[in-house]
Amino acid sequence: MKYAGLLVMPAGFFLALAALALFPDPGRRTAFVICGLIVEGMGLAVAVRGHMLPRGENRP
Amino acid sequence: MIAIPPMLLTLSLASIPPIPAPILVPLTDAAFALTLGLLLLAPLAIAGVALINTGLGRSRSAAQAMLGNLALIAVAAIVFAFVGASFAGSLDAGSPGVKEFVLHAAGKPWSVLGLGPFLLRGLGGAAPQNQLAVLFEFLAVAMTVLLPWGSGADRWRLAAGCATAAVLAAIVFPLTAHWIWGGGWLAALGTNFSLGAGFLDGGGAATVHMLGGMTALAVVWIAGPRRGKFPKEGLSTAMPGHNATYVIFGCLLALVGWLAWNAAGAILWLHAPLAAVPGTAINTLLSASGALAATFSVTRFRFGKPDASLCANGWLAGLVASSACAGFASPAASLFIGGVAGVFTPLLVEVLELALSIDDPTGAITVHGAAGLWGLIAAGFFAPQSGQLLAQLVGIAALLGFVFPLIYLLLFLLNRVVPFRVDPDGERMGMDLHELGGGAYPEFVIHRDESYR
Repeated sequence: MKYAGLLVMPAGFFLALAALALFPDPGRRTAFVICGLIVEGMGLAVAVRGHMLPRGENRP
Repeated sequence: MIAIPPMLLTLSLASIPPIPAPILVPLTDAAFALTLGLLLLAPLAIAGVALINTGLGRSRSAAQAMLGNLALIAVAAIVFAFVGASFAGSLDAGSPGVKEFVLHAAGKPWSVLGLGPFLLRGLGGAAPQNQLAVLFEFLAVAMTVLLPWGSGADRWRLAAGCATAAVLAAIVFPLTAHWIWGGGWLAALGTNFSLGAGFLDGGGAATVHMLGGMTALAVVWIAGPRRGKFPKEGLSTAMPGHNATYVIFGCLLALVGWLAWNAAGAILWLHAPLAAVPGTAINTLLSASGALAATFSVTRFRFGKPDASLCANGWLAGLVASSACAGFASPAASLFIGGVAGVFTPLLVEVLELALSIDDPTGAITVHGAAGLWGLIAAGFFAPQSGQLLAQLVGIAALLGFVFPLIYLLLFLLNRVVPFRVDPDGERMGMDLHELGGGAYPEFVIHRDESYR
């Protein structure tokens, strides 16, 4: 799970790039860039969750 | 009835002329001299951050922290001179026949990486603005590598810190600097896609602070928390910094450096006229002041008394947030931007530690990463031209979606070669004794550490 989140984040970046290349009109371009940022945020959230320390005995 | 001045109602300055694209242009002699003078003051910001890194760590790691600040700067400067400056591409940016790695997609050129001369060949013959740009980048890379050093305090080995500085100065920083300052694809968003003036980052909110904050997060994840920070039961253990005076004095030093840094960046990257320099400095001060006032109030409300280290974090977060937009935002907007940074800084520091188990002694992830992110968004809101917000969002997407995973991957691999974390015995003794053989305060009596029960 640690690494899955980090692998999802570039997908959001490529969504933002695709928005620049594919959509000339500002509305759709903005929507796609925001979708890309949301995907990155979800990836970051998964990465953070994966890095959280387990409660109890396993803590250093 | 009291009339409210219209300036307080509308935070953006409608009278600001549109900002040109952040591509190097020739400077007048006066602008060159002023920018050079400002850049010679900017290292005070680095000195301030070094003091903060040391003061927020423990006394038994103070000498290692301070020596590490110097060593990381030295390594970053040498590596950047050898290869990084070539990839950043600022030495020959804007000159005819400039060499860079360009992709073509959607009928537009996307400059991805500079391919300038290695070892700074031709520095003396370069145009004055290019020489200043390279000097700015040297200072920026020195600042960038210091930010994660504080986050890894008390357990990050000096050798690993130096290796990380080398990786940042050779690959990650030059890539980002080229995109934003060296005429890369983010700088060209305005000309290629009509997105405002392209990605704006006059003082390094992205290139220095977001990059440093993201590296700090990667380091903290890879190195893990300090021993005893998160006990098996209950809340996290408080491990306060050993010298609040260093921290607060570091904040004052940082202010001087930041005033110079933002003013130099405004002239160099935002093409601000000399008459705009005092306003840029005032905006920087207002942003820091607004942030301090906000953090002071929030901590006073939450804990009953203002917290010194969180207030220092708030002050620094205000300075960081101003880095993106002090060159063109209005004074009222700067106060607002700093105020917002000052509100979320203590709250986010608490969330990262208590809810997400992230042990970040200096709060660099919040202070530099999150405040830099907020400054870049605010720059989109307060810039005079339309489409700027989208340009800023695309730049943020590139940093979060490409640069952060790249940093994590590089540091993950580096950790296999040069282990980041000191062994448990070294952590118990302190980094000074373990790595340097002597402490920073040999005449002090070190009391028993209650966190090692």
